Amino acid sequence: MIGFEINGSAIELDVDPDMPLLWAIRDAAGLTGTKYGCGAALCGACTVHVDGRAVRSCLLPVSSVAGKSVTTIEGVSGGTAAAVKQAWLELEVVQCGYCQSGQIMSAVELLERNPSPDDAQIDSAMRGNICRCATYARIRDAIRLASRSLSGRSEA
Amino acid sequence: MSAKTRVNLARRSFLKAGVGAGAGLTLGVILPPLAAAQDAAPGLPGSGALVAGRFEPNAFVTIAPDNTVTVISKHLEMGQGVYTGLATLVAEELDADWDQVAVSAAPADASRYNNLFWGPMQGTGGSTAIANSFMQMREAGAAARQMLIAAAAERWSVAAGEITVASGVVRHASSGRSASFGELAEAAARQPVPTEVTVKDPADFRLIGKRVPRKDGSGKIDGSAVFTQDVQLDGMLTSLVAHPPRFGARVNKVDSAAARAVPGVVAVHQIPSGVAVVARDFWSASRGRDALQIDWDESGAVTASSATLMASYRERAQSAGLVARSEGAVDTALEKAASRLDASYEFPYLAHAAMEPMNCVIRLDEQGCEVWNGEQLHTGDQMALAGFLGITPQQVRVNTLFAGGSFGRRANPQSDYLLEAAAIAKAGGGKAPVKLVWTREDDMRAGWFRPMYFHSLRAGLDAQGRPVAWRHRIVGQSIGAGTAFESAMVRDGVDSTSVEGASNLPYAIPNVSVELHTTEVGVPVQWWRAVGSTHTAFAVECFIDELAHAAGRDPVEYRLELLGEHPRHSAVLQLAADRAGWGKPLAEGKARGVALHESFNTRVAQVAELSRMPNGGFQIDRVVIAVDCGIAINPDVIRAQMEGGMGYGLSATLESEITIENGAVVEGNFDGYRVLRIGQMPKVEVHIVKSAEPPTGVGEPATPVIAPAVANALFALDGKRARRLPLGVNS
Repeated sequence: MIGFEINGSAIELDVDPDMPLLWAIRDAAGLTGTKYGCGAALCGACTVHVDGRAVRSCLLPVSSVAGKSVTTIEGVSGGTAAAVKQAWLELEVVQCGYCQSGQIMSAVELLERNPSPDDAQIDSAMRGNICRCATYARIRDAIRLASRSLSGRSEA
Repeated sequence: MSAKTRVNLARRSFLKAGVGAGAGLTLGVILPPLAAAQDAAPGLPGSGALVAGRFEPNAFVTIAPDNTVTVISKHLEMGQGVYTGLATLVAEELDADWDQVAVSAAPADASRYNNLFWGPMQGTGGSTAIANSFMQMREAGAAARQMLIAAAAERWSVAAGEITVASGVVRHASSGRSASFGELAEAAARQPVPTEVTVKDPADFRLIGKRVPRKDGSGKIDGSAVFTQDVQLDGMLTSLVAHPPRFGARVNKVDSAAARAVPGVVAVHQIPSGVAVVARDFWSASRGRDALQIDWDESGAVTASSATLMASYRERAQSAGLVARSEGAVDTALEKAASRLDASYEFPYLAHAAMEPMNCVIRLDEQGCEVWNGEQLHTGDQMALAGFLGITPQQVRVNTLFAGGSFGRRANPQSDYLLEAAAIAKAGGGKAPVKLVWTREDDMRAGWFRPMYFHSLRAGLDAQGRPVAWRHRIVGQSIGAGTAFESAMVRDGVDSTSVEGASNLPYAIPNVSVELHTTEVGVPVQWWRAVGSTHTAFAVECFIDELAHAAGRDPVEYRLELLGEHPRHSAVLQLAADRAGWGKPLAEGKARGVALHESFNTRVAQVAELSRMPNGGFQIDRVVIAVDCGIAINPDVIRAQMEGGMGYGLSATLESEITIENGAVVEGNFDGYRVLRIGQMPKVEVHIVKSAEPPTGVGEPATPVIAPAVANALFALDGKRARRLPLGVNS
């Protein structure tokens, strides 16, 4: 049994300890918002937060998150997440949407570490997340917009 | 799909009626009912009668007592925004409030949900979704509106002509009465279905041409949108398949003992396409597959390699091919020309590499078969499955889910992954629903690529530098040959998708010959976003640029002079050039390039602005796009498709390439098959030509234009012509 916290709730899974966290989340915990895209940490569709840090869950063995806190797209919350999601909707970022859970998880972590990233910092933080619909220009704009709305709020 | 399969009578009659035909355009309509013909009986859905208070005027719209308007989409939503587009058309004519409108996927049924440009077939492709549905969806909304008005008139004993509808409220002004759609749904369902409806004057549009929120936006940012990958059914098993390492190889012998011993593995089946491991979950299936010992019979395997293939293609281009277009006397004109230019262009195989690798869920039951899939070729797959399982197409019930991209791949002419899943479900005796999951490597190595091509061009110029002869030879595999689409796509040996974009060369040149050599390789090929134009646009637009340079002329002016008969082409080119500041000086180390191309009846011009980087590479700073797609239904969706379509083309411009080595695919994941990442995405500006012409597609036409625009800019930057894609990394 491997125990960890997922989206704020404790969970115990009876799975192969080598099973990648992605498949533990999807097939064992039944949360399907986190996507499989490459299985090799090359595309970012599987990005989740482990203790607040963005990680690729498709290679990470589930045993390595024992006792830790995992957040997925279904559970990501707080001011930064709200601002990111709002910006994503306002700028109509999504097309097919398959990579967007991972994009949003990466963007939220970026803004939590660095609330006012410049373009180079955005590109660097988001370079591991592929979008085949190439929504990149809007992703960049949405991160800037979220950043502005967060700084506006904290100044207010 | 091909240009020919898009021709259709409904379109012609619509064109005659015209979008700009003015106020109160009244049309005779026969809209199919909501239920399939075989189910329709008095009192059942689709008979126009009441079902639990729900109003179901036709196959495309229902209104529930809770005031929800549901638009039924016959097309796949794969990111192109079609749910939003179809809902806009219905809501416009219905005068619904945008917030009350939801969208659900139609079942597979060619009798009700066919693509009007494809005849008796339901499917989504060729950038036809909005174009073929434009009048049909408007009529569906207008018919429902008319029945709501009739119901209100009856209830309030007033004349229908005194009733107005706005934002989902039906109103009789002089008596002050009003009702929501939901309140009238039950009564509206009792009204006769109209055989004539009046659609709006475009001047009265309040949703068409405006920005409305996407209907699939919110579910895609909170993880709740359901893709095929996410389907969970009771007792469902997951299957992975070991495919042959080379095209054309087969299973000789399997030792599955170790695989069966993996915890969670339920069964191992030898199927026509390989060896399937069926397990409780993905991880068990994956470990089971790793444990298989397979002896492959490679005696019939493909031996081709990309490099030797290209050499043979180059050789083929030395001789004349089958004629796709012939005007004047090219050989004579070339001989007499004041000067001649030659260039050849090379294109690799390309994988679609949608973010969601191919997958589907199949359940066999007493009624037949139920499918869950990001379904792009609804009735083609339905027929293929019926044939394979020995049941009727009606017994194959298709649930269409969001597709995590497709770019053509999910419209497979041989229903490849669906038949594979059906074979696995059948081998298991139909006892459990099976989810077939392809890994990224499975997806990338399964084939169905954009074919490899070689183009050879020769032109003759007169003393003033004007082109007098143009000979264009194309060598490559046919996408249509051997498929159900062959009769529509291939005429006299010429596959229209091999030459589209070249055979309809818009430039006025008196002597033109476009020729095709079709090759047979054994590597499966398929349409890939923008199909033939993905290579023809590069060859044509790079070569015309070379001609302009040889003539000492500005590339925009040179093109404009040759576009006399194509005012819409000229207008988009001019618009892109103006907005890009064409002709205005740029800083040292920067340059612009331009390209123009029509595909799927939509004209797109792009100007790319590049910078030379200190490391010798280049960076694409900015791309200005102008598009003429007729009337703009959802301008922001059009902008998104121009940005994304260009970005998709940029992957193939810069880095993407599938290499065949002795019949096997070298690349397997995004480390080898490199695609565009955020740092390579330029700033994009999109300008839409104002138009009252019927809408044309936007999903594909931006994709083929970027490669020639970038290559032409590179020439302007350093005087070297790039004639092979991909060009190489840009920074």
